[in-house]
Amino acid sequence: MVLKSREESVSSYDVLIAGGGNAALCAAIAAAKGGASVCIVEAAPKDWRGGNTRHTRNCRLAHDEANATLTGPYPVEEFWDDLQRVTKGHTDEELALMTLERSKELWDFLSESGVHFQPSLGGTLSLGRTNAFFLGGGRSMLNALYITAEDLGVTVHYDTRISSLEIEDGFFIAAETTRDWQTDTPITGRIEARCFVAAAGGFEANIDWLKDAWGPAAENFLIRGTPYNTGGVLRLLLDAGVQRVGEPDQCHAVAVDGRAPKFDGGIVTRLDCVPFGIVLNARGERFYDEGEDFWPKRYAIWGRLVAAQPEQVGHVLIDAKSFDLFMPSVFPPEKADTIEELAAKIGLDPANVRGSVDAFNAACIPGDFDHTVHDDCRTERLDPPKSHWARPLDTAPYYAYTLRPGITFTYMGVRVNRDARMVMADGTASPNLFAAGEIMAGNILGQGYLAGIGMTIGSVFGRIAGERAAQYVRN
Amino acid sequence: MTAIDLAALATAPQQEVARQMGVCNACRYCEGLCAVFPAMELRRTFAAGDVDYLSNLCHNCGACYFDCQYAPPHPFAVNVPSAMAALREESYARHAWPPVAATLFERNGMTVTLALMLAVAVFIGGFVWASDPAALFASGLEAGAFYRVMPHNTMVVIFGGAFAFAIFASMMGVIRFWRAAGPMPVTLRSLWRAFGDASRLRHLDGGGMGCMTENERPSDKRKLYHHLTFYGFLLCFASTSTGTIFHYLLDWPAPYPWWSPVKIFGVLGGIGLTIGAAGLLIERRRKHPALRSGGDGGLGQAFIWTLFLLGSTGLVLTALRATPAMGILLAIHLGVVFAFFVTMPYGKFVHGLYRTAALVRHAHEQASIK
Ligand SMILES: Cc1cc2nc3c(=O)[nH]c(=O)nc-3n(C[C@H](O)[C@H](O)[C@H](O)COP(=O)(O)OP(=O)(O)OC[C@H]3O[C@@H](n4cnc5c(N)ncnc54)[C@H](O)[C@@H]3O)c2cc1C
Ligand code: HEM
Ligand code: SF4
Ligand code: SF4
Repeated sequence: MVLKSREESVSSYDVLIAGGGNAALCAAIAAAKGGASVCIVEAAPKDWRGGNTRHTRNCRLAHDEANATLTGPYPVEEFWDDLQRVTKGHTDEELALMTLERSKELWDFLSESGVHFQPSLGGTLSLGRTNAFFLGGGRSMLNALYITAEDLGVTVHYDTRISSLEIEDGFFIAAETTRDWQTDTPITGRIEARCFVAAAGGFEANIDWLKDAWGPAAENFLIRGTPYNTGGVLRLLLDAGVQRVGEPDQCHAVAVDGRAPKFDGGIVTRLDCVPFGIVLNARGERFYDEGEDFWPKRYAIWGRLVAAQPEQVGHVLIDAKSFDLFMPSVFPPEKADTIEELAAKIGLDPANVRGSVDAFNAACIPGDFDHTVHDDCRTERLDPPKSHWARPLDTAPYYAYTLRPGITFTYMGVRVNRDARMVMADGTASPNLFAAGEIMAGNILGQGYLAGIGMTIGSVFGRIAGERAAQYVRN
Repeated sequence: MTAIDLAALATAPQQEVARQMGVCNACRYCEGLCAVFPAMELRRTFAAGDVDYLSNLCHNCGACYFDCQYAPPHPFAVNVPSAMAALREESYARHAWPPVAATLFERNGMTVTLALMLAVAVFIGGFVWASDPAALFASGLEAGAFYRVMPHNTMVVIFGGAFAFAIFASMMGVIRFWRAAGPMPVTLRSLWRAFGDASRLRHLDGGGMGCMTENERPSDKRKLYHHLTFYGFLLCFASTSTGTIFHYLLDWPAPYPWWSPVKIFGVLGGIGLTIGAAGLLIERRRKHPALRSGGDGGLGQAFIWTLFLLGSTGLVLTALRATPAMGILLAIHLGVVFAFFVTMPYGKFVHGLYRTAALVRHAHEQASIK
């Protein structure tokens, strides 16, 4: 028997899909249902499969009527208004409207693919009308999609990365893959396919790339999701002449607990206490209005605010009065009986912190505290002011949490048309290069964010890419 | 640059469950899966009694392990089913009555095996010694044959006594468990709800997806086998109770014809118990390694084997009672029954009581927040 060198392993499929998250799986299921042979190449090991999708919780869907879990209608027009508001018009209207229209089909498509939904029970955001919550969260949703794909005969390679693409004049020929790429004995392979679907996420885990846009500050960013979204496929596509959408320095950055792990901290590193206290930088000074608006409307700007501070760090100080007002955090706060002691514990200069707290306390004017409305507890003659929920920090024990910028995702990606086909630099559409998910989300979400729309875009374009790829293969 | 500053990973099962509940409470993605998560959300901190209670609410369906984005190899290392299984077993020992009996949980497999062997041996020996050895090999078809081997009143005294002790000791344990989680009234409404949930094993189904044993593919087999076991057990119990009623109230001693309730309950129950226990044993083998609880001192294994023997020896006895093997089979079956009773408060049997008690608390708690 002749042992074939494993380096030379060559295989061929109708459709090759890069990535293993929501967009990739929706594409795989749609393509396989369309009769194509499908191969998924996922860079992560099985335990870590599914990119940022494993951290998601819900998906925003247009629907004309309430159902078992969605509490009321959410017409396309309202969805469109919401999208225009957050993107401030930075969206491709034709693609966006098509996405919202087709989001109506997702409930059935995902349900048929084994995904279960649940009513939104608790939580701080009230999204029960607009968003469908996955029972058991994103990883449960992914498990269902993987089972469905496997039952449809889809091949899945874990621990395998797309390392280069053979594209001629916008026409896909083959991909080079590297299996076990995280080990000392990586194995390269070649997969030929008649269509390629890029569903490999953004580049938010590529610190060097972030540094290009953000400077050295990016070293101190925490990545909320997977370490595997390093943008390798995106770079290969841009190099092969695919048109770019979005700017490299655009990313969704929120303020998260500074003690979160570098990657994959996910939802539990969220800190909801900023509106109830004051936020100091490394010098012990306040730098922004903590009570400008409700936290769900402000958490996304705090990522950038903290990123602009020295050492990219912020410290929230609250007192005993506010401790029970927000969702419990996964990391216990630092706690002390005096402000000075607390300052020392978090490594700030006690005198500076005392000064900032005294100035704030003195500026608070009495009012009726109510954290459910924009109340009248605010500061006077203080710069920066605190517009709501301002109450003196005077009741021990005092607590401190650390804030750091946490990157959720990046916006830069490849341009696509309504068939999910990539558009080349010269404006022509590629016949057999498709993209879905975060890698093309910038077409629709040029800026801002609407909770749950990442999954909507991934599922809608994943399905379209899969359907069109299967059609192309059949013809 | 950053440190994961969670409470240091503790080995004590209670601390580990409390730590994991801290992560879950900040996440809450699993809130639709079962009763544990809504109960957790009512708390911000987790005291000893809380974690004991939450662990006994968990039905070990496995869903929240396969669904968790913080499951190992994630550094947060969340594996709720396994942490709770370890704590459950530890909590049975901690609340056992009398407290010295806690040690019986440690090498439970050994304890139960010894009890089984000893009881069977004593019954065989007792029969030989106390009655006409020939009776041991007599066929059981003639009226009163069973009682020639062992007089009915002796049987009632021995088994009634063992059963009464088992119930008393188990209830003492449950009461200690209940008190540890703090005072709470027991209302008819919460009892009704809890019995409904327990009898359907409502929470052994991953919130509607089915439980997950081997991998993330849901399957309802464990629920089915448990129903066979549980209802099989109840039928066996009903068979014995009707037998006692027939004997004393209707003056109708064994053996009973096949169509009598005693026989029908007994045979159906025995079949359920045997198949159910065998199925549960198979499903245990299939379990994903991450779901096998760390501190399993053989509790589950010993309990299932006892139930399997209970059902199967009863069935064999029924099938062969017309043969000379009847006496010896009766001794074996009675030995198993006796060992089951005396080990009942000190093994996995109490899971049914603790879990039902936890469901009662949960029903009351949920009703009072609405
Ligand atoms: C903490 C957090 C919470 C979120 N919550 C929500 C939410 O509730 N609702 C919502 O709509 N959105 C949410 N998002 C955004 C959402 O995660 C993304 O929009 C969505 O997951 C994108 O799906 P995707 O399939 O395009 O990418 P991903 O799910 O990120 O998948 C990308 C895949 O590509 C693989 N990959 C990368 N490079 C390669 C390569 N070279 N070769 C092969 N494979 C590669 C990765 O391993 C990964 O499997 C959240 C994001 C985060 C970080
Ligand atoms: C008294 C009658 C009962 C009997 C004979 C019985 C029997 C069993 C057996 C043999 C097991 C398997 C043990 C293991 O795998 O470790 C088991 C597990 C279990 N039982 Fe029971 N049980 C009874 C009552 C109950 C009740 C009342 C409940 C619910 C409140 C319940 C819920 C469970 C659950 C959730 C499991 C875990 C399933 C698993 O891990 O496989 N049981 N039971
Ligand atoms: S088990 Fe995991 S996913 Fe579920 S609530 Fe807990 S931390 Fe969240
Ligand atoms: S019953 Fe299932 S979902 Fe609930 S805690 Fe236990 S294993 Fe997790």
